[in-house]
Amino acid sequence: MTTVRHSTAPRQLLLHTGLVLGGLLMLFPFVWMVLTSFKGVSQMINEPLSWLPTPWRAQNYPDVLNEVPIGRAYWNSMYIAAITVAATLFTGAMAAYAFARIPFRGSGPLFGLFLATQMVPAQVTIVPLYIMLAKLQLIDSHLALILPAIANPFAVFLLRQFIRAVPVELEEAARIDGAGRWTIFWRIVLPNIRPGLWTLGIIVFLASWNSYFFPLVFLNSSELFTVPLLLDSFNSQRGGIDYGLTAALSAMTVVPMLIAFLIGQRKILNSMASSGLGGR
Amino acid sequence: MSALTQAAARRRERPAAGPAGSAPTARGGREPLWRRRDRRWALVFLGPQLLGLLVFLVGPLGFAVVLSFMRWDGLGDATWVGLDNFRTQLTDPEFGRAVWNTVKIGLITVPGGLALALLIALALHGVRGRTAYRVVYFLPVVTSSVAVSVIWQMILGGGADGILNGTVHDILGITLPDWLADPDWVVVAVSVVTVWSSLGLNVVIFLAGLATVPTNLLEAARIDGAGPWQTLRSVTLPLLSPTVFFTVVVSVISSFQAFDLVYVLVNPDHNEGAQTIVYKVYQQGFREFHFGLSSAAALLLLLLTLIVTAVQFQAQKRFVHYES
Repeated sequence: MTTVRHSTAPRQLLLHTGLVLGGLLMLFPFVWMVLTSFKGVSQMINEPLSWLPTPWRAQNYPDVLNEVPIGRAYWNSMYIAAITVAATLFTGAMAAYAFARIPFRGSGPLFGLFLATQMVPAQVTIVPLYIMLAKLQLIDSHLALILPAIANPFAVFLLRQFIRAVPVELEEAARIDGAGRWTIFWRIVLPNIRPGLWTLGIIVFLASWNSYFFPLVFLNSSELFTVPLLLDSFNSQRGGIDYGLTAALSAMTVVPMLIAFLIGQRKILNSMASSGLGGR
Repeated sequence: MSALTQAAARRRERPAAGPAGSAPTARGGREPLWRRRDRRWALVFLGPQLLGLLVFLVGPLGFAVVLSFMRWDGLGDATWVGLDNFRTQLTDPEFGRAVWNTVKIGLITVPGGLALALLIALALHGVRGRTAYRVVYFLPVVTSSVAVSVIWQMILGGGADGILNGTVHDILGITLPDWLADPDWVVVAVSVVTVWSSLGLNVVIFLAGLATVPTNLLEAARIDGAGPWQTLRSVTLPLLSPTVFFTVVVSVISSFQAFDLVYVLVNPDHNEGAQTIVYKVYQQGFREFHFGLSSAAALLLLLLTLIVTAVQFQAQKRFVHYES
């Protein structure tokens, strides 16, 4: 039986028309980026309002590849995100397990502290962090991006919700079989909160991959740049001049992510949906 | 003690344990072994995140408070200046403008963006084949804020020769404002791009909320003679209100932190209309190296966030409907 709202054909047509128009508006900026990436400088100057490239100029791609170390930026972003995600999931799940299942004095207030710090915007801590990291000689290094990102109260909060949903009986049974806290955590809890780990993993990955403010403040050397920082630095030097090259570079930073999203869309969309409901 | 008896002992102790945080300590005799072990385990499990919390969040927050009372450029001696930094910010018309610009972005993107997301989610909820739409609307969410800014520069920039303004002028004969250069209009441009880039996330969250509305309630409303509009107002929206509240709180907080989009899309150095609070934090902290002023600006941002969030939590008692 279908739901109540799957109604008449004219209504369906109206809804689809509206959604398609909205969808085209959502897609247009991406389409424009790709079209621009195939245009030459002369076309941008002489006929800025023409839609299609004349002629199609694929040369922008090898040209920009020759100019900027995009491969290195990809590697930087990739391994920073990988370490951040792995470390956040692991330590976040550990802390979440302690709050969910190990009774200890002060558990409630301490969890309250975790919740409260979630409210503190990153911009409030950035100046002190900068000073601290400078003292530790970590400015202009990737550790300056990774270490602060792992401290993630939201991760603890989200995974605690998932751990609380794991039946206590599973744990009790393992305990009778002689399992200690660590074995229970590793063998029983982690496998049972896999959806939560996926959700958090996707959120942390996107935040790390797309992060701009921290790399902007903490990195100076161009060989350390992440993908967004590389694009930003090219755009601020050449964006208003070499439209084609800038568009080609943005396409090379955006399109692989879009493809990865299309492949994993079901899992990603379901994860993001549940993150929103986690707030209740 | 064998593992088995240990486990059995632990089980026997269970009923006395009570809820977390209020576990009574054994008086008189020795504490049970499992509880001492558990306390140690709690520390082990909490260790890494607790250390991270203290070193990277609580510590810096305290340090920011101290810095906000100092004048310091990071190199020379720091001088204690009391409330001077806060006084400077609060009497500086530039800072006032940054607050106003930030609030304006929030006033446009939160109601506008969420109403649009709700409309799209309701439409999607009513059609077959919503997967493709969900994917299309979500694409900007996985795109970095820098790429979003660069792409939109190509659409909004270029003055009269830009693709948007040029095309609208050619077809309709209307001259649109120079979005990224005009201080009066740049907030609108930034807000539109912000909504575009976050719309898909809110749509997906609303859709998940709509999926939890029980079909039998909608059915009952229909049998009672309620039209679609009345059903929406009296059944769907009240049941959706916790989700709406959650997205409002999150959207307000993120709008107060507006930086990436204004900084890359507009370059606020040349357009004061795009200077937000976080832009001031960045500019005073990392361009002028007034660490004290910058920290004061950041703490004022935190204060604003806390007040507005607290007001929202008060307001939710009247507007948000929770199933008990």
